[in-house]
Amino acid sequence: MENKIEARDLHLYYGEKHALKGINLDIYKNKVTALIGPSGCGKSTFLKSINRMNDYIDNVKITGQIYIDEEEVYSERVDTTILRKKVGMVFQQPNPFPMSIYDNVAYGPRVHGVKDKKQLDTIVKKSLDSCVLYEEVKDRLTSSALGLSGGQQQRLCIARALAVSPDIILLDEPTSALDPISTLKIEELLLQLKEEYTIVIVTHNMQQASRIADYTAFFLSGEMIEYGQTKDIFSLPKDKRTEDYITGRFG
Amino acid sequence: MVRSRFEIELKALRTELNKMTYLVIEAIEECVVALKTQNIELAKQIVENDIKINQMERAIEARCYSLILKQQPIASDLRMISTALKVVTDLERIGDQSADIAKIITTLQGDSMYRMIEHIPDMARVAKKMVKGAIDAFNTNDLVLANQVVMMDDEMDEYFIIVKEEISEHIKSDIHNTDIGINFIIIAKYFERIGDHATNICEWAEFKTTGSVNEHRLL
Repeated sequence: MENKIEARDLHLYYGEKHALKGINLDIYKNKVTALIGPSGCGKSTFLKSINRMNDYIDNVKITGQIYIDEEEVYSERVDTTILRKKVGMVFQQPNPFPMSIYDNVAYGPRVHGVKDKKQLDTIVKKSLDSCVLYEEVKDRLTSSALGLSGGQQQRLCIARALAVSPDIILLDEPTSALDPISTLKIEELLLQLKEEYTIVIVTHNMQQASRIADYTAFFLSGEMIEYGQTKDIFSLPKDKRTEDYITGRFG
Repeated sequence: MVRSRFEIELKALRTELNKMTYLVIEAIEECVVALKTQNIELAKQIVENDIKINQMERAIEARCYSLILKQQPIASDLRMISTALKVVTDLERIGDQSADIAKIITTLQGDSMYRMIEHIPDMARVAKKMVKGAIDAFNTNDLVLANQVVMMDDEMDEYFIIVKEEISEHIKSDIHNTDIGINFIIIAKYFERIGDHATNICEWAEFKTTGSVNEHRLL
């Protein structure tokens, strides 16, 4: 199995607070990897370290390395705009731009220099198709994205990420604000998308992790306690802390 | 404590399983008493009590399904509940076999029958020990004990061979012993099957602890 993302002795500090403590983790290409753990354990912090979203936070200090395709993410040579094109991100609350459905998806490609209308049309259709959204919205692409349902908005956000041809998609609790049907649609979508992309998802939903993740990493108090195939983590975890968390004995 | 209701329900499940085990072991013990003392009334009582064992099986199954539905158990909780579903089936079958033994006892007559059953009480003793040991191993995740119970099945098989040979000699010595001899072979076979069910329970004890049965990973 090929590594897509590698973390090596990664430490992150928010000022004095030691939020990530020596994380070593290999995330595999074209797999869905779930990050689980109680609130405040560092899983979202780790996720945002992958595409350097933590750069926007004051007083953040990072030591150690993260590699994507063997290139160090925190190298001074790295252009974070290019990095965030390669590593897309979807957040808990759907956040479509206050513009049309079409313009939401076309925004990223335009920023990266695509001007040809036909090319943009193709990109928009393909991205919306990939998210099983095109048929639902094809007759109103010029209408505001804010008029879509929550589930549709979240799929639009995924389409927006796909439009710039990423390799990796990071999702931070992408379905926690959605109804069960929308949740299942997003999960089905992620299972299809992993054929082409590497997916890392933070989730509080154990059943979701067990449904869609190939691998699961359990974080606790800034440390990664256990990592392995999801079926092993959820059936026979090696560490008692993992067992106690997934069985709801704490959390 | 988080999930305290779930903990209470798991505890109740274990208690119900232990109650069912107690009834099953009692049935085995009473079969031996009924056999030795030719107590037809006790034998009839064993048959009637089997209804209660069957009802307990259904009640425990319903409890397990409810837990699966409401609590979505995983890891050790899932193994506990899923193996409870398996174990109640074996306990219910042990209850059935005891009732079947008791039904045969109600049809036996005459003093000669006791002379034929020299080693059948030994089989009953081993069966009871195996069932109790299997459930103890299941409750305490004691795989050493589970293995000891499985080894006792060899002793059970040896007794069965001895009993068959003894009964065969009795039949050869007097053709009028044929019917009663066949009945005792059936009784011996039921005790031997009880030992097999105890062995099954030990396999589920292994799965509950390790996720594997006979080192074959199931979960």
